[in-house]
Amino acid sequence: MPKDHGIGASQKRREDVRFLTGAGNYTDDINLHGQAYVYFLRSDMAHGKINKVDTEEASKMPGVVRIFTGADFEGIGGLPCGWQVTDKNGDPMKEPAHPVLAQGKVRHVGDPIAAVVAESLEEARTAAEAIELDIEELPAVVDMKAALADGAAKVHDDLSDNLCYDWQFGTDTETTDKAFAEAAHVTTLELVNNRLVANPMEPRVAVGDYSRANDESTLYTTSQNPHVIRLLMGAFVLGIPEHKLRVVAPDVGGGFGTKIFHYAEEAFCTFAARQVNRPVKWTSSRSEAFMSDAHGRDHVTKIELALDADNNFTAVRTDTYANMGAYLSTFSSSVPTWLHGTLMAGNYKTPAVQVNVKAVFTTTVPVDAYRGAGRPEATFQLERVIDKAARELGVDPIALRRQNFITQFPYETPVAVAYDTGDYEATMAKMEELMDIPGFPERRKASEAKGKLRGLGVNCFIEACGIAPSNLVGQLGARAGLYDAATVRVNATGSISVMVGAHSHGQGHETAFPQVVAEMLGIDESMIDIVHGDTSKIPFGMGTYGSRSIAVCGSAMVRATEKIINKAKKIAAHLLEAAETDIELKDGQFSVAGTDKSVAWGDVTLAAYVPHNYPLEDIEPGLEETAFYDPSNFTYPAGAYACEVELDPETGEVTIEKFVSADDFGNVINPMIVEGQVHGGIAQGIGQALLENCAYDENGQLLSASYMDYAMPRADDLPHMANYTVDHSCQTPCTHNPLGVKGCGEAGAIGSPPTVVNAVIDALQSGGHKVEHIDMPVSPSRVWAAMNG
Amino acid sequence: MYSFDMVRPTSVADAVSALGQDEAQALGGGQTLIPTLKQRLAMPSVLVSLSGIEEMKGVCREDNGDLTIGGGTTHATVAAEAAAHYPGLAKLAGGIGDPAVRNRGTIGGSLANNDPSACYPAAALGSGATIVTNTREIAADDYFQGMFTTALEEGEIITSVRFPVPEAAGYAKFEQPASRFALTAVYVAKYADGVRVAVTGASENGVFRWTEAEQALSSNFSPDAVAGLSVPADGMISDLHGTGAYRAHLVGVMTKRAVAAAS
Ligand SMILES: Cc1cc2nc3c(=O)[nH]c(=O)nc-3n(C[C@H](O)[C@H](O)[C@H](O)COP(=O)(O)OP(=O)(O)OC[C@H]3O[C@@H](n4cnc5c(N)ncnc54)[C@H](O)[C@@H]3O)c2cc1C
Repeated sequence: MPKDHGIGASQKRREDVRFLTGAGNYTDDINLHGQAYVYFLRSDMAHGKINKVDTEEASKMPGVVRIFTGADFEGIGGLPCGWQVTDKNGDPMKEPAHPVLAQGKVRHVGDPIAAVVAESLEEARTAAEAIELDIEELPAVVDMKAALADGAAKVHDDLSDNLCYDWQFGTDTETTDKAFAEAAHVTTLELVNNRLVANPMEPRVAVGDYSRANDESTLYTTSQNPHVIRLLMGAFVLGIPEHKLRVVAPDVGGGFGTKIFHYAEEAFCTFAARQVNRPVKWTSSRSEAFMSDAHGRDHVTKIELALDADNNFTAVRTDTYANMGAYLSTFSSSVPTWLHGTLMAGNYKTPAVQVNVKAVFTTTVPVDAYRGAGRPEATFQLERVIDKAARELGVDPIALRRQNFITQFPYETPVAVAYDTGDYEATMAKMEELMDIPGFPERRKASEAKGKLRGLGVNCFIEACGIAPSNLVGQLGARAGLYDAATVRVNATGSISVMVGAHSHGQGHETAFPQVVAEMLGIDESMIDIVHGDTSKIPFGMGTYGSRSIAVCGSAMVRATEKIINKAKKIAAHLLEAAETDIELKDGQFSVAGTDKSVAWGDVTLAAYVPHNYPLEDIEPGLEETAFYDPSNFTYPAGAYACEVELDPETGEVTIEKFVSADDFGNVINPMIVEGQVHGGIAQGIGQALLENCAYDENGQLLSASYMDYAMPRADDLPHMANYTVDHSCQTPCTHNPLGVKGCGEAGAIGSPPTVVNAVIDALQSGGHKVEHIDMPVSPSRVWAAMNG
Repeated sequence: MYSFDMVRPTSVADAVSALGQDEAQALGGGQTLIPTLKQRLAMPSVLVSLSGIEEMKGVCREDNGDLTIGGGTTHATVAAEAAAHYPGLAKLAGGIGDPAVRNRGTIGGSLANNDPSACYPAAALGSGATIVTNTREIAADDYFQGMFTTALEEGEIITSVRFPVPEAAGYAKFEQPASRFALTAVYVAKYADGVRVAVTGASENGVFRWTEAEQALSSNFSPDAVAGLSVPADGMISDLHGTGAYRAHLVGVMTKRAVAAAS
C-alpha cells in the first residue's frame, strides 16, 4: 500500500492551487506606490569601444526621471564571482571587472549601456532611442580556440589574454600517459556540448524600493536564493549592510540555475531606487532574456578512453574549452571545474582520470550553471566515448559498462570525490527490465518495415548533489558557505511555520517539506506551512540549486524538528509528571512508556506559550528552534537511462519512441513530485539533445534570439506517456544525511542527452551509415548532412 | 509599441478610406503585425482593423465550383468550413501555428505578408487562386513577387481569395523545429488540365512553382513520378535550421509526400 501521508506519500502539490488559478504572487505582480520603470539600452554590437554616451536630449524626453550610464557606477563595486579557481600553475583565475552598466567597452550583444528610469516603460524606451551613442566596433571574439590564438582581440584589455584559467585535475600526467601508452585500445571523440538558454517560463524581474525614513532598501527579485543576493549585492556591489537590505523572492516561475546569479539589473534597481527615491521596476522581455540571462553549457571537448585487452577501462583523459562569455557570472568558474571534473569518473572504476579545462572569455553572454551544471557535460562526453568504444571493440555497450561498474562503497574516485553508496547494477537491471531490451530487435524490424531506422541508446550517470560541504568547497575556492538553515516555529495551538533557506520555484517544497515534519511529529500535514523567499522572515540559508533542497535544507529542518521534539518531551514530561526519558511521541501524542498516560501535541504546544504549569526553572517558554546543517559529503544520485528513437532516413527527423529512466535517489519523500522533476529534467535533456541551440554568428550576433529560432521542447517532442517510464524504486539511502535522501532535480537533464544521441548513432549505424557522432542538437538537417556527408 | 490610433470600420469602403490616411496600416488577425509593433519595428499612425467587416469573412462555394474565402477569414474557420469542399486547403489551414494563432490569423493577412515560410502562399499558388482586392483581381502567378513582396499597392485590401477546387490536393510541411513554420513545404493540386506544385519555405525568392515536377505529375500523379527529380540548391535559404542543399532535398521528399497525401 502506498502511504497516504508523511514521508513517501504522493501528496498533490498544494502550491499548484494558486499557480493554476492565477493567484500566484510573482515579482511582476508587485507594483509599489510611485513606482518608476527602467528600460536598459543594450549593446547591439558584440564588441566595441564606447566613445560617447550622450544622454542630454534623451533626458529631456517626456516622462524621464533620470538616465544612468556606466559613469554613475564608477567607484561602486562590480558584480562579483563567487568561486576562485586556481590555475594549474598555481595562479588565481583572471577576474575582470563586471560593471553594472558598461564602462569603456561593450562586450556582448545585450551588454547594458544605459538605463532610463521613467514614469512608464514606453516613455523609458522612447527616451532610450534618443540616447546618442558613439561606439567603435571591435572584432568579435566568438570561437574559443581562435580566442586563445596569438593576436586575438582581447575581451578585457587589462588582461594578458582571453584565458581565464587553465585547470588540471585528477590523476597526474605521468601516470595518465603511461596508462594510455600501455592501453590495448584507445577511443577518442571530439564533441561540443551545445550552448543553451534556460528559458524559465517567467522572465527575470526586479523591483527596487527604498525607505528614506529608516534608510532601508528592499529588492523584490526572481531569485532562487535571496540571501545569496543580499550578501553579494549588499557586501560587494552596493555596500549596504545586511540589516538595511531586504531581498524578497516571492513566487518564482522556474529558475533552472539561471536565477541563482546576481545580475546587474537587480543591483541597478536597488541602487536607482535610492538615487531617485522611488521604487524602480524592471521586467525583462523575452528578447532581453535571451541576451541577458546567463546561458548554460558551451563546452568543446576532446575525450580519450583507454582500455586493456579485457576491455577494462584503464584511463580517461579529457580536454575541454569552456566558454565563460564576456564576464564571470556568479558561479561560472566552478561549473567546468568542480562541478564537472569531479564527475569524470562516472559510474566506473577507471584508475586514472585526468581532466583539463581551459576557460575562455568571448564576446558572448556570460555562461553559468544550468540544470545539471557541469555534470551533464561530464556525463555526455564519458557516455558517448564509451558507446563509441563498444562499437569499435564489437562488444555490447551495456555489458561494457557493467563490466566496469564501481561495486564497492564507499569509493574514492581519482577525481577527489568519495561516493558514499550506490548500486549501479540494480539501476541497470531495472532499466533493462522496463525497457524490454530483448524485444528491441522486433521493434526495430517493425520500424524498418515502415522505412524508418530504429536505434537503442543507453547511458549511465552519476552526479554530485546536495551541494555542499562548506569546508571542502572552501578549500576548492568557493567564496560562500553552502550549508542551509531552517527554523521550526510551533504556534500555541500546535500549527507550525517552517522558515527555510531553500527557495521553491516549481519544486513543490511547500508540499514535500511539511510531509517530513508531519511524519516526525505524527501530526497532520495541513498544520504545517513553509515560509521561504524573504530574508526578513527566514534564517540565513543558501537557496536552491544543485538538487540540494531536501538533502541540505531538509536536513536542517529535521535537526530543528528534533530539537523541537526534545524540548516538547521535556514539557510533556512535566505535564505528565514523568521522567523525560520515558516520554514517547507517536501519532501526535506524548505518552509515558508502558502506561496509558498521555498528553496531546496541542496541549504541549499550548503549555509552551501559556506556561502556567511549566518547568520555567529548567526550560524557556516557547517552542521555536533553528538548525543550520552543513553536509559532510555530497550526495550521489545515479541511474541508468535508455531510449529508442525512430529516424526517418529521408528527412533526418528523429522521434523518441520509448524512454526509461531508472534512478537511485535514495529515499523519496513525495514520489509524484520526484517523478515530475524527472519528467521535467528529461524534457530539458531531450530539448538539449534534439532541439535547443543557442548560436552566434562570427560577428557575435545572437542568431537564436527568440522562439522563432530557439527551439524549446514541446509536449509532442516527448515520448507518449505509455512509452515513457520514470522509475526510482532502486534506493540506496544516502549514508550521511538524516533523511537518506540524494536529490532528484537535475538527474533527468543529466541522464538524457547522451541516451538520445547514443540511440541516434545506433539507428544510423543500423542503416549502414558509418556515423560516429553528431553534435547536439541532433536536428534533422544535421542528421541528414551526416548521412550524406 | 509606439502609440497609434485604431479604427474598426464595418465595411470595405470605410476601411479603404481609413487606409487613405498618412501612415495607416491594415490590421488583420495581428499575429504578425502585433509582434512587429511590440518590437517597435513599425510605426503606423493608425491601425485599420479589418475584423469588424462581415463582408470579408466566411467560406462560400460558388456556382462554378470555386471556393471563395473572405480575406478576413481566420485559419480556424477555413480549417472547419472548407473541409467539405476543399479538404487539402482545410488541412493546410488547420496546420498553421497553434490554436491561438489559428483563431486570430487571417488568410488575407497571411497572403499580404507573404512570409517565405508561410503556408497559404503555397496553397494559393498551388491552386492557381485569384487574389481579390478592393480594386482588382490578381492571379496568384502574378501576385507573389519574392519574399515579403506582393503585387499589392499601398492601402489595397485583400477582400477575398478564390480557389478553383482541384480533383485532389495535398500539402506536406516539414516544420522548422523552433517556429514550426515551414522549413520546406510543398502544395500539390491536381486539376483536369494538369498538376500544380508550389513550394514554400525553401527559396530565397519566396514561394515558387516547381514546373518540372508539375510536368511529371501531370502525366503520372503518383509519388514515384517525382522520384528522380531534384531542384538545385542554389538560391535556397541557408540558415541555422538547414542548408540550401538540405532544403533542396526536402523539396523532393515533401513533393512525394504531398502527392501521397492528396485527397
Ligand atoms: C506562433 C505563430 C506561429 C505561426 N505559424 C505559422 C505557420 O505555421 N504557417 C503560416 O503560414 N503562418 C504562421 N504564422 C503566421 C500567421 O498565419 C499569421 O496569422 C499571418 O501570417 C498573418 O495574418 P494576420 O491576419 O494575423 O495578419 P496581421 O498580422 O494583422 O497583418 C500582417 C500584414 O498583413 C497586412 N494585412 C492584414 N490583413 C490584410 C488584408 N486583408 N489585406 C491586405 N493587407 C492585410 C497587415 O497590414 C500587415 O502588414 C504563425 C504566427 C505565429 C504568431
